[in-house]
Amino acid sequence: MSRESTHVDLTGDAVSRSAKERGVWLLLLTCAALSVFVTFGIIGTLLFDAIDFFTEVSPVAFFTGTDWSPAIKPYSFGVLPLVTNTLLVTVLSALIALPLGVASAIYLSEYASDRVRSVLKPGLEVLAGIPTVVYGYFGLVYITPALDVVLPVSTFNALSASIVVGIMIIPMVSSISEDAMSSVPDSLREAGYGLGATKFEVSTGVVVPAAASGIVSSFVLALSRAIGETMAVVVAAGQSPTMITASNVDTVLFNSIQTMTSAMIELGVSDLSGGTTAYKALFAIGLTLFSITFVMNLISTLVARRFQEEYQ
Amino acid sequence: MSQETISGTDPSPDADDESLISPSPGADAVGHERTTGEQSETRTVVETQALDVYYGEERALQEIDIEIPAEKVTAIIGPSGCGKSTFLRCINRMNDLVDSARVEGELLFEGKNVYDADVDPVALRRRIGMVFQAPNPFPKSIYDNVAYGLRVQDDTENLDERVETALRRAALWDEVNDRLDESALDLSGGQQQRLCIARAIAPDPDVLLMDEPASALDPVATSQIEDLIEELAQDYTVVIVTHNMQQAARISDKTAVFLTGGELVEFDDTGVVFENPEHQRVEDYITGKFG
Ligand SMILES: Nc1ncnc2c1ncn2[C@@H]1O[C@H](COP(=O)(O)OP(=O)(O)OP(=O)(O)O)[C@@H](O)[C@H]1O
Ligand SMILES: [Mg+2]
Repeated sequence: MSRESTHVDLTGDAVSRSAKERGVWLLLLTCAALSVFVTFGIIGTLLFDAIDFFTEVSPVAFFTGTDWSPAIKPYSFGVLPLVTNTLLVTVLSALIALPLGVASAIYLSEYASDRVRSVLKPGLEVLAGIPTVVYGYFGLVYITPALDVVLPVSTFNALSASIVVGIMIIPMVSSISEDAMSSVPDSLREAGYGLGATKFEVSTGVVVPAAASGIVSSFVLALSRAIGETMAVVVAAGQSPTMITASNVDTVLFNSIQTMTSAMIELGVSDLSGGTTAYKALFAIGLTLFSITFVMNLISTLVARRFQEEYQ
Repeated sequence: MSQETISGTDPSPDADDESLISPSPGADAVGHERTTGEQSETRTVVETQALDVYYGEERALQEIDIEIPAEKVTAIIGPSGCGKSTFLRCINRMNDLVDSARVEGELLFEGKNVYDADVDPVALRRRIGMVFQAPNPFPKSIYDNVAYGLRVQDDTENLDERVETALRRAALWDEVNDRLDESALDLSGGQQQRLCIARAIAPDPDVLLMDEPASALDPVATSQIEDLIEELAQDYTVVIVTHNMQQAARISDKTAVFLTGGELVEFDDTGVVFENPEHQRVEDYITGKFG
């Protein structure tokens, strides 16, 4: 560093420091840019190959067709069976996970003692760390036989898959909802108790509404997870795409189905070569799936913001 | 509304969430009939006998004996940490919510020891309203805030009318009547505190406990609240904690002075306490020589 000044020296390391900070800035920018770039790259590939697919199969046939048969003649690329099967698993697992998740969040946040909570909460979160394929086999090996005692289920069935997916996403709902409820200020609880509310009334009528935005976010995250879940569903529900209609809506959950992700796995691991229509269908499904989760995230942001405004 | 009893015979199905209800509601009816005896002009509503409160090992109130008169304003003053809030929260058993808190001695409400095993704190709190130091409106609409107490008490007859009455009495109606369904959090601090007062008086409690209700407010809002308290004292028993001597002198009929260590040092007519206190320590505190 050159300094010829005879006065007080204020130059310090400014020059070299600013170079270093520029370096750090550049590095961080690169990381951020890279992830954005990769995301757009993936969307680009999806789009590119999907468009290629749509030159061979018309979008109308794809989005309104009720028969999915990409590998067996006569070929048919109607995505509706896959979409309805995905929705079936998502809705059923949400029916299990949302109430149980919120109930356990209420218990953990409002009723459990500190000691109980410090054991239960991490315990619940361990559930989230189990590989999903293990859940799948748990469904196939334990849940299905247990259901078989009372219900007419086949070896692979949508109900078992939904149950394991439901169990799988409970920790997500309960953990995020519990965080939201715990951060509701005690002054609101006191206001409730002070007006003669019971613990249950304070929990459900004050704490839950005040934590609504967090709870809704947990729902959306959990639903996105259920929509995208693959391995557990492949293992427990098999691979039989079944168009759900008014006539089979009561029995479909006892039988094998195939969701969008599991159809993609099947297409991906089969020995289809790159050029076939069936292979390109992979990307069309991927794009459809991406659009669905994208719209869900959009809705969740809007909903969360609406609730957020109300609460501080 | 369960006006007749604070025992665990409350009709609400949720009442058994609280672990503090009676095994047998008639068992104690004998022992507690003394205080309601004096039906003269100053009836006692809340009376304590050797009330001690501990937080863990630490003693926050010691041997408090006090008789709070009905339909009067009783002010509680004293330096920070002397147990004013603790005392107030004993009256409606809000200290039940603090795990470490332990109460000894007796606190009689209308002659009934509220710490008896058969007293349901939920029923008790329906008769003793509370306004907190910092405004704490629910993140709900203005209307739903005021209606909350009536709704949990299953007392929703003429709901609109009673919400309006409470808001009028809290001197807030004119400011909010055209936006009752807007969020209470959009109100100013002073409006929020008046809303909390409206919320507390809507179910028509017998006693209103106020813990420094004006401490977060500017002088204008403060004087509005003071006017309101004076007006409320026509039908309610008001117990108010305040750090503001002038405020205590202005609005209260009786003043209790707590000093450090959780002692009730002096309790008398407000005029006496401020002009001619019995204890030197109280005079020092009031004239600002201490604390
Ligand atoms: N939840 C609690 N846990 C433990 N100790 C507490 C708790 N609440 C109060 N205390 C203690 O009890 C004593 C009295 O507290 P309290 O809040 O009643 O005082 P206060 O007179 O209301 O004070 P201030 O004027 O500052 O509000 C204090 O020493 C305080 O530290
Ligand atoms: Mg206090």
